[in-house]
Formats: sequence, structure tokens, C-alpha cells
Amino acid sequence: MNQMNELAALVKELEEQLVICTRCGMCQSVCPLFEQTHKETDVARGKLALLDGLMKNIFSDPNGVTQRLNKCLLCGSCAANCPSGVNVLEIFIKARAILTEYKGLSVLKKIIFKKMLANPGTFDTLTQWAGWFQSLFMKSESNAQKTSCVRLISPLIDNRHILPIARTAFHKTLSPQIQKAPGSGLSALFFTGCLIDKFLPNVAHASVKVLNHHDVTLIIPRGQGCCGIPALASGDRATFTKLVDHHLDLFQKDEFDVLVTACATCTSTIKKLWPTVYKNPSNSVKNQLHTLSEKTMDINQFLVDHVNPDFKKDLSTTQQKDREIVTYHDPCHLKKSLGVAAQPRKIIRAAGKTLVEMDGSDRCCGMGGSFNLYHYGLSSSIGALKQKNISETGCRTVSTGCPACMMQISDMLAKKKKNIKVRHPMELYARALADKIT
Amino acid sequence: MINQSIIKALKNIVGPEHLLSEKEDMYTYSYDAAVLTPRMPSAAVMPASTEELGRIVSLCHENCIPITVRGSGTNLSGGTIPETSGIVLLTGLLNKIIEINEQDMYAVVQPGVVTATLAAAVEQKGLFYPPDPGSQLVSTLGGNVAENAGGLRGLKYGVTKDYVMGLHFFDARGNYVKTGSRTVKCATGYNLTGLMTGSEGTLGILDEIILKLIPAPIARQSMVAVYDTIEQASETVAGIIAARIIPATLEILDNFTIRAVEDYSRVGLPIDAAALLLIEVDGHPVVVKEDGEKVEALCRKMGAKEIKVAETEKERDKIWAARRSALSALAKLKPTLVLEDATVPRSKIPDMVLALQQIASEFNIDIGTFGHAGDGNLHPTILTDRRNTEEFKRVEEAIEAIFDKALTLGGTLSGEHGTGLAKAPFLEKEAGFSSVLFSRQLRRALDPQNILNPGKITGLSEEDSI
Ligand SMILES: Cc1cc2nc3c(=O)[nH]c(=O)nc-3n(C[C@H](O)[C@H](O)[C@H](O)COP(=O)(O)OP(=O)(O)OC[C@H]3O[C@@H](n4cnc5c(N)ncnc54)[C@H](O)[C@@H]3O)c2cc1C
Ligand code: SF4
Ligand code: SF4
Repeated sequence: MNQMNELAALVKELEEQLVICTRCGMCQSVCPLFEQTHKETDVARGKLALLDGLMKNIFSDPNGVTQRLNKCLLCGSCAANCPSGVNVLEIFIKARAILTEYKGLSVLKKIIFKKMLANPGTFDTLTQWAGWFQSLFMKSESNAQKTSCVRLISPLIDNRHILPIARTAFHKTLSPQIQKAPGSGLSALFFTGCLIDKFLPNVAHASVKVLNHHDVTLIIPRGQGCCGIPALASGDRATFTKLVDHHLDLFQKDEFDVLVTACATCTSTIKKLWPTVYKNPSNSVKNQLHTLSEKTMDINQFLVDHVNPDFKKDLSTTQQKDREIVTYHDPCHLKKSLGVAAQPRKIIRAAGKTLVEMDGSDRCCGMGGSFNLYHYGLSSSIGALKQKNISETGCRTVSTGCPACMMQISDMLAKKKKNIKVRHPMELYARALADKIT
Repeated sequence: MINQSIIKALKNIVGPEHLLSEKEDMYTYSYDAAVLTPRMPSAAVMPASTEELGRIVSLCHENCIPITVRGSGTNLSGGTIPETSGIVLLTGLLNKIIEINEQDMYAVVQPGVVTATLAAAVEQKGLFYPPDPGSQLVSTLGGNVAENAGGLRGLKYGVTKDYVMGLHFFDARGNYVKTGSRTVKCATGYNLTGLMTGSEGTLGILDEIILKLIPAPIARQSMVAVYDTIEQASETVAGIIAARIIPATLEILDNFTIRAVEDYSRVGLPIDAAALLLIEVDGHPVVVKEDGEKVEALCRKMGAKEIKVAETEKERDKIWAARRSALSALAKLKPTLVLEDATVPRSKIPDMVLALQQIASEFNIDIGTFGHAGDGNLHPTILTDRRNTEEFKRVEEAIEAIFDKALTLGGTLSGEHGTGLAKAPFLEKEAGFSSVLFSRQLRRALDPQNILNPGKITGLSEEDSI
């Protein structure tokens, strides 16, 4: 009990943010998880109440609260629609950190985060090995999504249709020319992000082509790692801090106007969580994080709002009616977190596609990072709704600006054997540029 | 506390997935949107069918276990805050629209259907379900009926009670009672439908609800009138009604609210205006045009310094988005928001508005006032921080002063938020002792064990006061 007192004191750090919630319950209308379960602990109001309970020291141990707090997509739908402006995600992330620091990380997570993720070099090598091994127990499917499923039923993989680890990660292919490509325009540091680097390197290649085409001075520092969100989501603030320090150091070496990423989750993590969740930063770190946050943006936003090429100029050579129909899924971390929604659509149109909106384009796909690992059934039910909305547009391709969403949507489409490809807007645009030029 | 055998029996009825009893879960069913002290139930149960619902009620009847029904828990009077010993019954899984009958214009729904979901479904068929509480995106129809919820369109279209044609419910003994019908008229038996509407889960547990639908209006016109004094604005409200015009919506925002909304949503409201009236007339195009012109002329005559008529759908949406964001905008200003809904006869709106200003300054608290001026239902919204006990005491005193004023003006304590726990102690003040006694006797006769949402409406200490 005494120790719970201690925890209560730690949670008190969040009090000023917690009291803003008026318990109006409006978040129930947008929470994808609540829609499935109708349980109050699954929606923001309930989780915020639980934290309030911890602060008032009414529980005898922290496990029940931790478990319920972790059952969350961290999609931010609640925060984006909260009438009172409760900063739900920041509260949840900080609370997870407080609880983990109090309870300690599980052994498995300790190995994954402390030994692997925190050291970009080790992580790179391990995923490379994993990539070689996966061919042993996964078989690739010849479908539009290019997923793999298991050869034998494995409890870990379930009946997932997984995007395989790429044969060659993006960072392995970095030639000195790509790594630093001078242009005449603005200079951009490209932050790759783990999923794009290791699973979807094509997105990075496409991004590089597009940035080169638009004469952006490109810098892609070697030795990049993870943005830290998996560690943060598990409450491992130490690994997170280590990763942030690593990158701050790395980014100091170059001058750049903006930091761009093609990953919605990396962008919102660097922009929103790096400056707010870093524990007790020194003044100089605080300033660095603040400046970096201001410079960080999504690649679609960068191209449309800042590089500002004439996106009305049509790259397509086909007649309007023959154009491929593409629908666009709004990643939560782009639209709800950063308000970026119009720009990727502009890019898709500029790539000569006919954009057809799906119902609920900004509804969460159900991925939620590790949520998918621990609650695959729920994650799939939410994903199935997305799949249905995508399929109903009659599109041939669905595009979205986040690799995690791409993986989830691929899994959902593969399950239903849909002949629909999944592409990042940069892939569509780079392809159109290439077709135009050749 | 209820014992383990009961928990087991409940689990047998709904399955282990749908029975919650851990303390963490209980803490999340200890509150609703009212600013009151939370209280935890012993279990929460989520039936998925009428049959399961019935078995739960019977079990509770046999074992004398209090039941508090909870829809979305958005009520503002503590109606879903349970007694410690009982269970909370969740209607979230009873969320099917059973029928939308276009020919006879009615809908049959389960109690957990969300208001806006029904409104959208009937709109697709060219029909209209008018009651639109500010919480319509989340509130359930069961909650709406049990609270007799109102909304922005109350002035012309009435409130929930005007749309309830019939109900099926379980009484305290677990019997299934059917009242009303699918016909426009119905004169058989007592008007139990009327009695159940607004009963806040104290007389029975609603299962199926039959709701009246009407044809959607063909045309509508919205406008904003800007005033230099709030008196002019509130006199315009009385003036419009006196001129026998019934707009669909007639809302007021005071300067405090205007500034909060503008700060929040930057829609371009005049922040130096003392008050705004937001008005919409609807119906046949010819009538809409005529009424629109009359209202405009009236506003000018009563001193509006500017009137802006929405020319496009987009402009119209902007006006109502501004109104809908009023509560949110105010909520952002301070941690605790107490939303009152004392209501007066509409001719008394000018007096009430004046009184609210005096009360705010007398008790030295922040009150933003907006609301359904057209039907006399203002929402004085008090901004405070509950942790500041000294200020919160003044807030409670101010609330009593607001009640007193509303009653002296011939009004009521609550236009739409219900009695619940929050206003139960004041019921006698408004309705008199006989009325409270009658209500208690009614309750006791129908629910001798006092298991249906005890403590709500008729007060906490049942035993002492009869
Ligand atoms: C932001 C906001 C705006 C609001 N705006 C309005 C408004 O404009 N107008 C208005 O009138 N109200 C408004 N309200 C109050 C509230 O939304 C309404 O009272 C609504 O009807 C409650 O619905 P609910 O599903 O949340 O019910 P709950 O809060 O869950 O329950 C309300 C009451 O109904 C009882 N109940 C619920 N289901 C059943 C059932 N099946 N059988 C028997 N009893 C049942 C409960 O026991 C309780 O007493 C607002 C609230 C908020 C937070
Ligand atoms: S998080 Fe926001 S929307 Fe949800 S209950 Fe709290 S104040 Fe309301
Ligand atoms: S972040 Fe998403 S899943 Fe989590 S509570 Fe908010 S809306 Fe629900």
C-alpha cells in the first residue's frame, strides 16, 4: 500500500492535464475500440478516470490499470475530437512511462528494447538475419499485396498475412550520391524510420526520387534508428531517451531546413512526443528538440506546401476516364495528429489517378502498433471495417501515408483475397514521374 | 456488495465476456457527465438480447439487487451514478434499429441505439427524427427517452416525449410490459408511455422503443442577429414569439460565450457584440421566405445592429457549428464546468438573462450563458475548478440562487437534463410536498424493494420521508 502511495505521487505529475476531462463522454463516438467492445475502460474517458483513480490511490496494485491502459490503439481519435482539448495521447504515453518505471519492463521487452532497438546497429543486423530466416517458415503469396503467410500454424503469427522483411533494407543501398544529393532548393534531412527501412524500402526509394526530381538538397545520415514510439508505447522512457539523444547527435552534423519523413507515425512522434515526453531535458536539449519539432514535417506536406511545384500540371498521359481509381486512407497520425489530409490527396491526383473517397477515410485501420500484437482479434475486426470501405470504392489501389497502416491494410485485403494494391503516395507519384520521363 | 453466487449467475446469463466486476472496471461506471462524487457499483453487466435483459431483471428482483441502467453515461444529473450495492446494466449491445416503417412513419429501436445513428438512417429515407440533444453523436435513445431529452429544435418540433409512440419495458418484478402502439392515436389504458418517458430508469427498464417520424422540411433559412445589449436580444426572443412566429431554432449566445467560441473555432464571430441570436426557420419554401423576412424585420426593430442571412448551405453549417461548439469552447477555459438548464416561460427570458448577470457578479463567479432562448431553456454555464473548495461553495450557492429565480419567474429547475441525484433535493421546492409524496408512493407500489435506480428523482432517504 505504501508503494501505491508512491505511484499515486508519480501520477500526480499528470494532474493538471487530467482534470481537464469533464467526463462528457463525447469520445465514445469516435473511439474505434469502444465501437467494438462498448466497454468504458476501452475509451479515453474510462482510461482517464483510471489514472485519476491511481492518483487518488484507490487501487491495491497497478496491474489492472496498466492492462487496461495498454489496450488502446493510441490512434488519437479521442484527442482530435475532445471538446475540452484533453491531450489524451500525451497523457497516455506519460502514464505508460510512469507505470513501467514503477513496475519495470517485462523480460522480453527488456531484451527487445534495451538490447536491440536502442542500438540501431544491432537492430539492423538482427532484422537482416530475421529476413533470411523468414523464408524458412513463411511462404510468399502471389497476391496484389505481396504478403506472406505461415507455412505451419504458429501461435505467434496466427493467420496473419505479413509484409515480408525486405531482402535489402533501404539503408544498405545508400550510396554516397543518394546520401547527400545537392539540389538548388530547400535542404531536407530524410528520416527513414524502421518500417520503411526494413519492410517497405520502396517507399524510401520513391521518396528519394521525388525529392531529387524537385531539386531538393537531400541529406540521409547513416546510422539512423527507430523514432522511439515502440519503446514509448511500452513505457520504456529510458530507451526512448537514448534513441532521441542518438538522433539529436546525428542530426547535428548537417545543416538542413526541414526534416521530412514518409512515415506518419515517425513524423508525429518526432514533432509531438520528442519535445513533450523527454524527461527533464537540459536547456540546450530542450531548445534542440523544439527547433527540430518545428522543422519536422510529413513528406506530402513538404512537397505541396513548401516545395510547391505546380501540382495542377498533370503527369498522366491517359485520358481522364481510363485513369486508375485510387482511394486514400488517412493515417490517424497524419490527419488527427498533424492535420495533414489535403496534401497527400493532391499528390495522388498529380500522379494522374482518379481519387475516389471511401466512407470513413479517417477511421483508424486498427493497427495501433503493438496493439495488433496483443489484441489481434480486435485489431482485425476494426481492420475488416476498413477493408470493406476500401473495397466498396471499386479501387485498384489504396494509398496511405504510413507504413504501419500499409501493413495492416495489406493483411486485411489479403485475408479477403482482394485484388487491390497498397501504395504510399510517394510510390504513385514517383512511378508517374518515371513514366512521364521515359 | 453482492455475493459471488450472484456474479456467477449473471455470468451464466450473459457470458463471462459481458460481466465485469473488477474494481478497475467498477471505477469507470462510477460517474457520468454530472459534476458529482463518483460511486462504484458491484458489477456491470451487458445483455445482448431482450431475453438476457429479462433474466437479469428477474434475478435482481429475486435477490433484491438494485439496478442502474446506463446508456452512454452522458446525462448531466447523476442518473447513472449507482448505489454501491447494486449493478450497472449497460445497454451498449442492445443497439439494433429493428424497423423503419416509411409508410406509417415510425421507427422501432433497441434502447442502446445512438441518437445520431437513427437520425441518419431515417434521413436516408427522406424522413426526420427531430430531437437533437447536443450529445446526439453519443447519447442513446434509451437515455433520451429516460431523460426526456430536448435539443436545438425543441421550440418548433418539441422534445423526445413528443416522439415516443410506445414502449416495451421490464418492470421491477421482471414482467414484460407493452404500452402505446404503432398508431398515431392510442387511448387504451393508462398513458404509461408518458409516465415512463423521463422516468430515469426508476419505474422500469426500457427495451423496445417506438418513435414517431415526420417528413423532412423542404426548405430552411438561417440567420445571425448581432446586438449591443443582451436585453435587446432577449426582448427580440419574446417579440418573435409574441408575433406568433415559431422558428425551428432560436438560440442566444452572450458575450462571454461569443468570445470563447471565437477563441476556439475562429469562425469570425463579432467578439465585441453583447449577444447574438442564431435563428432558423424551416418548412414550405413560401412560408420560410415570409417568416424569414418577418423575423429579420423584427430583429431590426428590436435593435439588432447587424443581421447576416446564410446564403449557402456552407454558411448555414458554419452558424450551427459555432452554436454546437459553445459548450466545448467554454469547457476549455477551466477544469470544471457546471451546466445548468433552469427554464422559464419564454416571455421571461429577458428577466432571467438579467438575473444571471447579477448572480454572476454577486457570487463573483464566471457564468457563460447560451442556449435555447426560444423555448425559455437557457444554459447558464459555470466555469470553476472543483478543487478550489472555497470557490466551489460559492458556485453551489449561485446554483441555488439560479433555481430560486427560475421558480419565482414561474419556471422549472430542469428543462431537459433531468432530476437524477443533482436536483432530487430541490424537487419539493418546485413541485411541492404532495407531488413528491405521490411520486414516492407510485414508486413504492411499483417497486416495493426499491431496486430500480434508487435515490434518483425522489430523493435519497426514501424511508425517512414517507
Ligand atoms: C456535451 C453534452 C451535451 C448535452 N446536450 C444535451 C441537450 O442538448 N439536451 C438534453 O436534453 N440533454 C443534453 N445532454 C445530456 C444527456 O446527453 C442526455 O440526458 C441524454 O439523453 C443521455 O443519454 P445517455 O445515453 O447518455 O443516457 P445515460 O446518461 O446513460 O442515462 C440517463 C438516464 O437514463 C436512464 N436510462 C438509460 N437507458 C435506459 C433504459 N434502457 N431504460 C431505463 N432507463 C434508462 C439511466 O438510468 C439514467 O437515469 C448533454 C450532455 C452532454 C455531455
Ligand atoms: S476525454 Fe474529452 S471527450 Fe472524452 S470524456 Fe474527457 S473531455 Fe469528454
Ligand atoms: S487513442 Fe484511439 S483507441 Fe485509444 S482511447 Fe483514444 S480513440 Fe480509443
